[in-house]
Order: sequence, then C-alpha cells, then structure tokens
Amino acid sequence: MSLFHTKHLRMVSVIGLSFAFFAVVLPSAHAQDTATVTGVGSSFAAPLYQNWAASALKDINLKVNYQPLGSSAGQNQIIAKTVNFGALDMSTSVEQLSQANLVQFPTAIGGIAVVVNIPGIKENKLRLTGDLIADIYAGKITKWNDPRIVAMNKDLALSAIDIAPIYRADGSGTTQVFTSYLSKESEGWKKSFGSNTSIAWPTGMGGRGNGSVASMVKNMEGGIGYVEYAYALQNHLNTAQLKNLAGEFVSINEDTIQAAAKAADWIHARNYSIDLIDMKGDDSWPIVSTTYVLIPAFNKDSKEVTKFFQWGFSHGDEIASKLHYVPLPIVVKEKIAKTWEYAGVSSTDAKTK
Amino acid sequence: MSLKQSAYQSEKKIIPYLFSSLMWCGGALILLIFLGLIFELCWQGRQAFSAFGFHFITSTTWNPGNQEFSAGTALIGTLVSSFIGVILALPLSFGCAYCLNELLPQRIARYITAATQLLAAIPSIILGMWGFFILVPLMAHYVQPFLKHLFGPVPYLDLLFSGGTFGVGILTAGLILAIMITPFITAIMQEAFANTPTMLKESAYSLGATKWEVMHQVILPWVQKGVVGGVVLGWGRALGETMAVTFVIGNAHHVSWSLFMPTNTIASLIALEFSESAAGSLKMSSLMALGAVLMVISFFVLFCSQLLLKQVLKSR
Repeated sequence: MSLFHTKHLRMVSVIGLSFAFFAVVLPSAHAQDTATVTGVGSSFAAPLYQNWAASALKDINLKVNYQPLGSSAGQNQIIAKTVNFGALDMSTSVEQLSQANLVQFPTAIGGIAVVVNIPGIKENKLRLTGDLIADIYAGKITKWNDPRIVAMNKDLALSAIDIAPIYRADGSGTTQVFTSYLSKESEGWKKSFGSNTSIAWPTGMGGRGNGSVASMVKNMEGGIGYVEYAYALQNHLNTAQLKNLAGEFVSINEDTIQAAAKAADWIHARNYSIDLIDMKGDDSWPIVSTTYVLIPAFNKDSKEVTKFFQWGFSHGDEIASKLHYVPLPIVVKEKIAKTWEYAGVSSTDAKTK
Repeated sequence: MSLKQSAYQSEKKIIPYLFSSLMWCGGALILLIFLGLIFELCWQGRQAFSAFGFHFITSTTWNPGNQEFSAGTALIGTLVSSFIGVILALPLSFGCAYCLNELLPQRIARYITAATQLLAAIPSIILGMWGFFILVPLMAHYVQPFLKHLFGPVPYLDLLFSGGTFGVGILTAGLILAIMITPFITAIMQEAFANTPTMLKESAYSLGATKWEVMHQVILPWVQKGVVGGVVLGWGRALGETMAVTFVIGNAHHVSWSLFMPTNTIASLIALEFSESAAGSLKMSSLMALGAVLMVISFFVLFCSQLLLKQVLKSR
C-alpha cells in the first residue's frame, strides 16, 4: 500500500514539475519587446539575410527569422500568407503578383560561375562559350581535348580526359538561371531542354545544393559545374572565362557582375522582373541574376519587413560585398523606396502613423 | 479491514483492465498509423497515378519542364543498388559472423562484436560523406579502371562496366549500402550461429569432420533461417536508405546497363525534389506516388522473403 502511495506521489510530482516548467518557459517566449518578422525562401540569399538580420537586431531592434527552404517554398508560403516575406531567385509573373496582392522587389545581385577541374590547367585560364557549355551538358562534347574546345584554347595543353558534367539535382533557382543562359546561347538547347528549376539533363550527374556541386567538381577529374560565385571562391575552384555578348572573354569577379547589373534597364523593368543574362558591355559577366523578396501589399507587418530591407540597403552593402553579393545600383534602391510608398508598405509612414 | 479488502478487490479488477486496454490501444495505433500512411501516400499521389496511369511505373522519363514524371528510373536504381548491396554484404557478414562465433577466441571476438555494433550506429550521412570523399576517388582511380580493364574484352559483361570512370554511380552506391547493412546481417547471423547446438557440432567433429564439413553440413542448415532473416532486414534498410546513397549515386534520371553510370533511387529522389515542389502540383503528387511505390516494394520484398523462409523451413 505504501508503495502505491509513493508511485502516486511520483506521478503527481512529475506532472507538477512539468507544469512549473511550462509556467516558466511560456511567458518568457511571449515577452518580447522587439518586433519579429519571419521569412522563408531562397537558399542563395540566406547568408545575406541572416547576416543582415544579426546586425539589424542591434541597430534597429528588429528580429528577422529567415529559413532557407528553397525558392518554391518561399513562393508557396507567402501566397498562403504564413510568413511575412518570401524570398525567390526568380521573378514572379505580374498575374501571380496581382492575384495574391504581393509586391516584388530585388535585394541583391549574384553571379553564377562555371567551374572546371582539369589537371594541369591554371586558375581562370580556360575559355568557353555558352554554345560549347550547352553542347557539353547535352552530351555532344565528351572529351576535354575536343577540337572545338582546343580551337578556343590554343595556348593550353588539354588532354583526352572525359568530361563529367555536374548539375544541381535538387530544384534550384541557380539551375533556372543557368539553363536560361544556355537557352539564350544555344537554339538546340532551348529546343530540347529549355530552362526550369530542374530539367531532364541528358547526361552527367547531380549534386544536392551549391555546396555539393562545388565539392563534386573539386573531387572529380574532368568535372564541370555551375555554382554561385561565393561557392566557387570558398572552395577555391577553377573558374572558366566566358565569352559575353560583346565578344570579349571575361572572368567572374565583383566588377564584371556589377558591370552587368549596371548595363540593365532597371527603370523600365516592370515589377523589377529583369533579365540580367547576356548584358551589353565589354566587361559584363554573362550569367548574372537577382534575388527577389515578395511581401503582401497594404499590410502592417510588411512595414516591418521594408524597415529591415531599408536598413539593409542603406547599411548592409559592406556585409553584402563581404559575402560576395553585388549590392543593387543606387537608382534601383531609390525606385524600390518609391514602390514601397506606392504599395503602402513603406516603413517611413509606419513611424508617422 | 473489509473496506481495505474491497479496495484491493476493485484495484485487482481495474489494473489488469487498464493494462490490457492500453496494450490494445498500442497495437491498434500501430495498425492505424500503418494504414493511414498507405492511404495518405496513395491519396496524395492520386493526381500522378491518374495522369500517368501504369506508365508511371514503366516509363523512365523525368522532365519537370514538360510536367512528365515517372518512377521507372528510380525504381530500377533502388532495386539494383540494394541488390548489389545485399550481394556484397552477404558473404561479408557470413564470414564475419562465422569468424566471430567459431574461429576467434572469445576474448577478441567480444571486442570485434562491439565494433560491428558500433558500425551499425554510424549515422548514414556520415557514411555518405565518407563515401563521397574517400570511396568515390578510390573507385574513380583504382577500382573502376581495374574492372574496366578486367571485363572490357569480355562480350556482354563489358556492357556492365562501360562509361566514364568518375567514381559515382550505382556500384559505389551498392558498396556503401553493403557497408551499412553488414552489421545488421552480422548481428542476426551471429545470433543464429550461437543457437546452433554444441552437441551437433561436437558430434560431427568427433566423427572426424573438418571445419569446412561442419560448417557446410551442420551449421549452415541450422542457420538458414537466420541468414534469410538477416538478408531481409538488410535489404529493407537498403531499399529506404536516403542520405548515404544521395551522396554517391550521382542523381541522374538515366537507366543504363553500366554499373558506373549515375542514376537515382526512389528515396534519394524524393529527398532531393521535395523542397522545390509546390504544394498541390503534379510533381509533389508524383513524389508521393513514388513513396507509395517504395512502400509497395518494401512489402513485396518482405512478403517474398517470408514465403521463402516458410519454404526453407518446410523442406527441412
């Protein structure tokens, strides 16, 4: 009987303790004087938003919770309004924006590097064109000493190594941009494969995420792949030079990405849906893309989001450059501020009201 | 006193009742979860099943651009990679179990047993990373060129070993799976070896049988059930393995005779495509349908092995 009693006692004490635990934890979770905004989306932009968020918390007392679940997730969740903003690597169509009553604006610009692993070839020496890359990924060129590659690289000693084309196996905005570039450069590619977040690759092998593609190229002799510029730098990969619209061979760096961003016609772009692939200019890197944010129009929470990005645009350029993103040109930032006002989400009215 | 006794009486009635009802709930819950899972996968996948019909399983095209999805490539990849895994793991774990139970002294065997059990506890992503950084270059530089050289001149067999030697592919995936499932199969086989009556072995030895004869004629018939059971368990794990395979299989939507070519498995395809599939889209539905297909295969493998086990037991 006494045993029975102690059992009861133990149970009661366990229940009591757990109540006490929740009583302590729950109010502390509610007691926040800082505003919080949540965002979901692009993994490409994640390092930028997370770094901005860490600094913005100190500066403007705004907590940003960003989860890199992928561009499609960002789009789905902002349409369902389960988050305060969605981040995408591609622009959303006007119909979709007006249907869901969303505002779109760009936040940063990034370049996609073509990386190779060919033994004996020095950093940034190999020259390629979009047409050649399309044929490599289509399986038409299979050796690194193919006459067409050699013709473009007479000064390099290319040996008969098999080419291993490596792509993103998961659906990704990077693939979307890269395949749009190939579609623009090669009619054959456009006809047979087109551009999408994931396509039916005819040959080669896939890795999961930018990081995996980078390490596969690094690991595999004869490999070629495409990754965000930051990943090429971090992994010390051998980038290739590409021929741009002006016919010049350019190598990827902040300046050539910036040149492409400057050459774009931002003022006339509707909803900032702009194509930064194959921009004019002698120094323009050909594969450049913007990353976007979607927020609901005429919404109180969106004002907090714009407050965060306003801070990012005015104070975050240094952080962006450190992470190898290219900040937006000033004209674009000014235009975005006007868009916010027009959509009733500007953070400056939040203060006056 | 009488009051106390009646309290005791009612307690005696209530507690067994509570116990048995709780157990019933537990059993029923498992069944409900199981049925719910199948129903949910089929329900979510209905869009894909109705759009592609039986072609979903037989076709091998996967083209998100044209909204064409199918399970063919991943299905073949799953079956072949897990089959390679089991084929490679079977002799390995049989040898390991035999060695530990019959040949090695107890002192040493104890430590090696612990080591194999630790191997079973390695998270699959660690094995995947190890496979990617160590095994893939090894395969690319030594194993695959060697196999190509060895079987290159043999007609028909050369088909299996054709293509570029990049290290990734279905053979490497099978190898990783073999390493992953060996500890499981070994553990079950060891159990079976340990259960072989010593009397039988001793009498065989006393009749002048060699180690080989004892193994072949006494132990092997006795442990058949354990071997089959271990294979089933290992195969079940290999079919659903995701992370380790994703790292080394190459993730391509192609079917080829070559064991060096990158391909795909159902589990790794679902893991890769899930995050970028819009809710309610045909692609998401296809992934759910893939999940249903994977479940059906797993049942089929389990069912077949149970059948096989019964046959084996009957024949004895």
